[in-house]
Amino acid sequence: MDFQLTESQRALQDAARKYAREVVRPKAAHYDETSEFPKDLLSAAFELGLINMAIPSEYGGLGLSHLEQVMVCEELAWGCAGVATSLIANDLANLPIILHGTDDQKKRLLTPFTQKVKFSSFCLTEPGAGSDVAAMSTTARREGDHYVLNGSKCFITNGGYADQFTVFATVDKAKKHKGITCFVVEGRPQGLTTGKHENKMGQRASNTTTVTFDEVRVPVANRIGEEGQGFLVAMATLDNSRPLTASISVGIARAALEHSLDYSAQRQTFGKPIREHQGVQFMLADMAMNTHGARLLTYESAWVLDQGQRNTLQSSYAKCFAADMAMKVTTDAVQVYGGYGYMKEYPVEKLMRDAKLIQVYEGTSQVQRLVIAKELFK
Amino acid sequence: MKILVTAKRVEDPESKIKVKPDGSGIVQEGLKYKINPFDEIGVEEGLRLAAKHGGEVVVVSIGTKDVQEQLRHALAMGATRAVWVNHAGALDQLGIAALLQKVVEKEKPDLVVLGKQSIDDDQNQVGQYLAEFLGWGQATFASKVESLESEAEKNKVPAVALTADGKAVRVVREVDNGLATLEVQLPAVVTTDLRLNQPRYASLPGIMKAKSKPIEELTPEKLGVDVTPRIQVLKMSAPPARKAGIKVPDVATLVEKLHNEAKVV
Ligand SMILES: Cc1cc2nc3c(=O)[nH]c(=O)nc-3n(C[C@H](O)[C@H](O)[C@H](O)COP(=O)(O)OP(=O)(O)OC[C@H]3O[C@@H](n4cnc5c(N)ncnc54)[C@H](O)[C@@H]3O)c2cc1C
Repeated sequence: MDFQLTESQRALQDAARKYAREVVRPKAAHYDETSEFPKDLLSAAFELGLINMAIPSEYGGLGLSHLEQVMVCEELAWGCAGVATSLIANDLANLPIILHGTDDQKKRLLTPFTQKVKFSSFCLTEPGAGSDVAAMSTTARREGDHYVLNGSKCFITNGGYADQFTVFATVDKAKKHKGITCFVVEGRPQGLTTGKHENKMGQRASNTTTVTFDEVRVPVANRIGEEGQGFLVAMATLDNSRPLTASISVGIARAALEHSLDYSAQRQTFGKPIREHQGVQFMLADMAMNTHGARLLTYESAWVLDQGQRNTLQSSYAKCFAADMAMKVTTDAVQVYGGYGYMKEYPVEKLMRDAKLIQVYEGTSQVQRLVIAKELFK
Repeated sequence: MKILVTAKRVEDPESKIKVKPDGSGIVQEGLKYKINPFDEIGVEEGLRLAAKHGGEVVVVSIGTKDVQEQLRHALAMGATRAVWVNHAGALDQLGIAALLQKVVEKEKPDLVVLGKQSIDDDQNQVGQYLAEFLGWGQATFASKVESLESEAEKNKVPAVALTADGKAVRVVREVDNGLATLEVQLPAVVTTDLRLNQPRYASLPGIMKAKSKPIEELTPEKLGVDVTPRIQVLKMSAPPARKAGIKVPDVATLVEKLHNEAKVV
């Protein structure tokens, strides 16, 4: 086992860190306040190759390992979790194609992302189907060499700016999860509408909307996998994306820890810097220890994928532990800052709001525990 | 146009630098390293010149295998290939310039661009020695007329300008009381100052491409250079810690202290 980063891993990490520090950080508070879509930051990320990291080199991507992707993603999230979510939303949407698409589908549907700034959305969640994916009611009806989609999706990241949508719909609701099928809708065809940008608690730089399908036609050639395989496609996608989501938590927590170390060295009470009070030290020590623990779980979950193995268990460990950890660490960061931490002029309350989302999206912390238990009982 | 640039490995200015208690050097443990920022500006200028006039940028570094990290950084920025002079022991500025002279004689570039100094030893000698050893013209402390935020900067135009006949470069230099413009015949040596340009970021595609770019290995022996240092570092010490300042109650006291204690007014 070798914990030493390779020269190339360090170079990738340094490049992402420089972008996060010099390009993202100075604007993070602005985009949090306004909740505008950070187009300039995302275009800069595109120029530097910090988006679409999952696309294989055969289709114009960089061919990064999963381990390299999570190292880069931690840096992006350290800059701003909302920006990181916007960037990896493309991976989430494209993973079904990467994992289950045909060569033709990969060429047609992935390559354009490597040529220009382009966003895609992963459309799984519905108003009546979040954790319970199989309860979905968006339908796909076959008509000759097309399918016709009808239904509504909610909380869709990048919805307002995407011109490609990876959509899960059922060909037969009675079949429950065995009816779910995955499709890729190109462009914004007639019948596809997106709602207003949601006013969110955190990660406000990321765009979140409803996506509605009213008789939207998709060619059969854009069905990913077979009819009824969509549930498996979605689950395989989430196995692959959970290490990235976990790394967002690690990036948020590291930012909270660093701010807390700085502040606790400066703020004085009872005649000394607060970091000299043991009660504060214990908080700082726990923050550092848990951040690093989550990082190691994240690395492992990515490494298992790099070995070509199934990582369901490890990626649920990583995502759940890292999300719960980031919530605790950022709450403690606000605590270290005292009353100032509660104020928007200071950077830590944003981190606390940003962290909360990771316990919810891509499978809540409760759902992760269900997955873990199911794996343990196998 | 063939341009040779340098990429010295230096301590990251963001690392905490501590002098060893016995004064024999600095504590290496936990330090991070990066390319000397002035060299990075040199790499950027080389790339801009090559983009404008065609040609290639070759990057050179001297040191142990670790310096390959800085060579790869320059390759990731866009340099075509690298030369690594493998040497582990101490070096002084004359030794470095002598090694670079041999590399230059081998590579035959039209222009050598180096940082005006490296941020570790702050010697500011190598470029000048190198020009002298080669018998070439030199333009040190290259800067630019426009501010960093100018449109020209954004368009990535080189600040070092090739003359119309392509036989010389015009260089704006930072001098004590402003800017001076020099024209130097090629081949020449240019050293970079801080305001010459803002180096591009290494991109992920650049980093991945750099992995397969060639690094040629040389040694002082192969180059036939005796690098025995003529300078010996006897002792290093940290600058004395700054004493805390004082607060004065009013302007009158301030003026009184400036006059009687600091003796500046
Ligand atoms: C900002 C944001 C961005 C998002 N982006 C996307 C996106 O791009 N694409 C997409 O498809 N979705 C996206 N989502 C949706 C997200 O994945 C869902 O919100 C999430 O899966 C939870 O579903 P739900 O909101 O319906 O909650 P519910 O499923 O209703 O859960 C409510 C609560 O009940 C708990 N719970 C539910 N079932 C169980 C159980 N069996 N045992 C124990 N506890 C249970 C949950 O853990 C949760 O605490 C996004 C959500 C947000 C907030």
